[in-house]
Amino acid sequence: MLRKQLWPAIAMTFVLMIITGGIYPGIVTVLAQVLFPHQANGSLITTSTGQVTGSALIGQTFAKPEYFHTRPSAAGNGYDDTASSGTNKGPTDLKLADTLVKQAIDSAVAQDGAVRGKVPSDMVTSSASGLDPDISPANAAQQVARVARTRGASVDSIRALVGRHTTGRQFGFFGEPRVNVLLLNLALDSSFSRPTTANSSK
Amino acid sequence: MTVNGWLQILFYSAILLAVTKPVGIYVLKVYDGSMRWLAPIERIIYRVCGVDPDEDQHWTRYAAAVLVFSAVSLLVTYFALRLQSVLPLNPAHRDAVPDRQAFETAASFTTNTNWQSYSGETMMSYFSQMTQLAFHNFTSAAGGMAAAVALARGVSRRSAGKLGNFWVDLTRGTLYLFIPMCIVLALLFVQQGMIQNFHPYITATTVEGAKQVLAMGPVASQEAIKELGTNGGGFFNANSAHPFENPTPWTNFLQILAIFIIPAGLVYAYGRMVKNARHGWAIWAAMFILFFSGVATAYWAEARGNPIHAARGVDVVASATNPGGNMEGKEVRFGIANSALYATITTDASCGCVNSMHDSFTPIGGLVPLVNMQLGEVIYGGVGAGLYGMIMMVVLTVFIAGLMVGRTPEYLGKKIQSREVRMAMLYVLVFPASILLFSAVSVLLPAGLKGLNNAGPHGFSEILYAFSSTTANNGSAFAGLTGGSYYYNTTLGLATLIGRFAMQVPMLALAGFLAERKQAPETAGTFPVTTPLFVVLLIGVILIVGALTFFPALALGPVVEHLLMGAGKLY
Repeated sequence: MLRKQLWPAIAMTFVLMIITGGIYPGIVTVLAQVLFPHQANGSLITTSTGQVTGSALIGQTFAKPEYFHTRPSAAGNGYDDTASSGTNKGPTDLKLADTLVKQAIDSAVAQDGAVRGKVPSDMVTSSASGLDPDISPANAAQQVARVARTRGASVDSIRALVGRHTTGRQFGFFGEPRVNVLLLNLALDSSFSRPTTANSSK
Repeated sequence: MTVNGWLQILFYSAILLAVTKPVGIYVLKVYDGSMRWLAPIERIIYRVCGVDPDEDQHWTRYAAAVLVFSAVSLLVTYFALRLQSVLPLNPAHRDAVPDRQAFETAASFTTNTNWQSYSGETMMSYFSQMTQLAFHNFTSAAGGMAAAVALARGVSRRSAGKLGNFWVDLTRGTLYLFIPMCIVLALLFVQQGMIQNFHPYITATTVEGAKQVLAMGPVASQEAIKELGTNGGGFFNANSAHPFENPTPWTNFLQILAIFIIPAGLVYAYGRMVKNARHGWAIWAAMFILFFSGVATAYWAEARGNPIHAARGVDVVASATNPGGNMEGKEVRFGIANSALYATITTDASCGCVNSMHDSFTPIGGLVPLVNMQLGEVIYGGVGAGLYGMIMMVVLTVFIAGLMVGRTPEYLGKKIQSREVRMAMLYVLVFPASILLFSAVSVLLPAGLKGLNNAGPHGFSEILYAFSSTTANNGSAFAGLTGGSYYYNTTLGLATLIGRFAMQVPMLALAGFLAERKQAPETAGTFPVTTPLFVVLLIGVILIVGALTFFPALALGPVVEHLLMGAGKLY
């Protein structure tokens, strides 16, 4: 009985492999490249000279004080798109509570004047992918004063820029409000002068 | 918890209810043969494969076809992964997949599990992703649907044990159901920013001047079947948390809808196939109640956050600008509500894709996915597998109800006697035996303890989750567990095979037995399977079978961890 099914099984495997593994992704690729080439190729951001700065969808590491900072990341050494990952630390993990979260809180308090007990929850936790391009509006608001101070700009003007780069819920309903850090920082660089090198290396 | 969060969950529920009937009608037409617009392609496939589409297979032959097809496709994938370095479409020059991982991956994708011990972005070539993994995503889903439809035929016909033709069901499911829906869904995904290309990885120079390598690939086409086929295997390591795999809240909504849409529609279709539409809706209602209880619990737990982190200074209270709650392992664009919703749905169905890291959930938040899997993936469940798992529970319910009133139990006019109950019990027992025995052995062996990422009760939860997930053919993980060792690759791979085939064969046997029985007319003593009483009893049986079997293990994992978290204990 098993033998009789052998030829159909072998033939079916290869026929369906060609259809589902070749023809189907082929159709999708062609349609995607024709209809939505920008998105299909990674929503890349390029400089005027054609150099790729990154993808609007993938977060980057920001350490300098004149930029808004992305969330802590467990992807490789931080925002490594070839090693997407969360910490996978559980709720009673010692390292998570007393090293990762605690250090992030200490730094938010020291750098951004955050108040213990009022630190936005996304600011001191790692995302699931380690590539989160967004921060919450509360997280961005917490960083406004530092960015304004470093750039010698007024707090109100930076806050207004953050407001313009805050994305509400999609269609007014889905998901959560958020700020894309890479796009915000690019807008910062084009609207406000960067501090001198000595200042920015801190 | 926020008002908007609850509204999103309720909106999802309403849309699910609205699409159930239209999708169910489509499913009916696919499997009763009345849909014919691809008939020429069908005919060519049957001729090439030497299949007689008019042959009505006895349950033994149907089961043989399932097993042989699975074995052949598993072997093909094993060798394709081992030979990946010399096969085409490998721009990043990936080496051969190691033997242990090639076996586990082939087993895991053949069984609709998609447990992954590798990182897609560093292990798999585009060729392997597309022609092997996505191929299994289609065929394991179509195979599950075929088995469920065969069961429906067994219940509804009197045909000397004949259940239809596996090759025809497999082909028609792939051609009419999955491919058209996937093409539409994939394009909706790309429009939102999901990638679909064959470029080599791109090196970017970041704003601060560092190098960042951006992974590329044909992601959208694989994503669509990943959800519609309840497979769950991610293109990238972070699965649907990766922005290229789930760029916006809208794609997130489409993904969770895609996971439930076919299993929910199939329940309606089942009601129509067995000529009792209200029975279909009664099962749907039981599934919905279990689903909603799960998501409410998970949302509550995650929104409440981690008191230990709150004591360190995190603001866990949600506001208009602060997500609050437990944001460890979650993305800002999804927040707490959509992460809890996704985690519940992906483990209700045997999908296993994740948009947040379950390992970092609070103990009760992580308990929900774990229990969902341990209930046997019957809450809508995997495509096909969810329905036939649920019908096993229905048979048990009818049997128990029959014993209570002292009558021969019957189900939709078919008498349930000892050989039917024996098959249902075999189905019910194989499942916890695999999970609990593998977990117990792993706790005792140094090789089992070596891969843990967390200490204390959470470490035990990682092991329990791994074997629950693989046996239930789910594939999600408490991903801290390092599954890439000979010990885990082998045992987890075996668990996926047991969870699929040691359960599918008794189920097909039961279907065959039922098909041999003649239809008895309904009498006053027949236990009605369309009433609220039936729904309550069914839920009761599911919870008692699941809860009593797994409670001791759960007490050692998430339950005790919850108490320890309250006491501020760290490991």
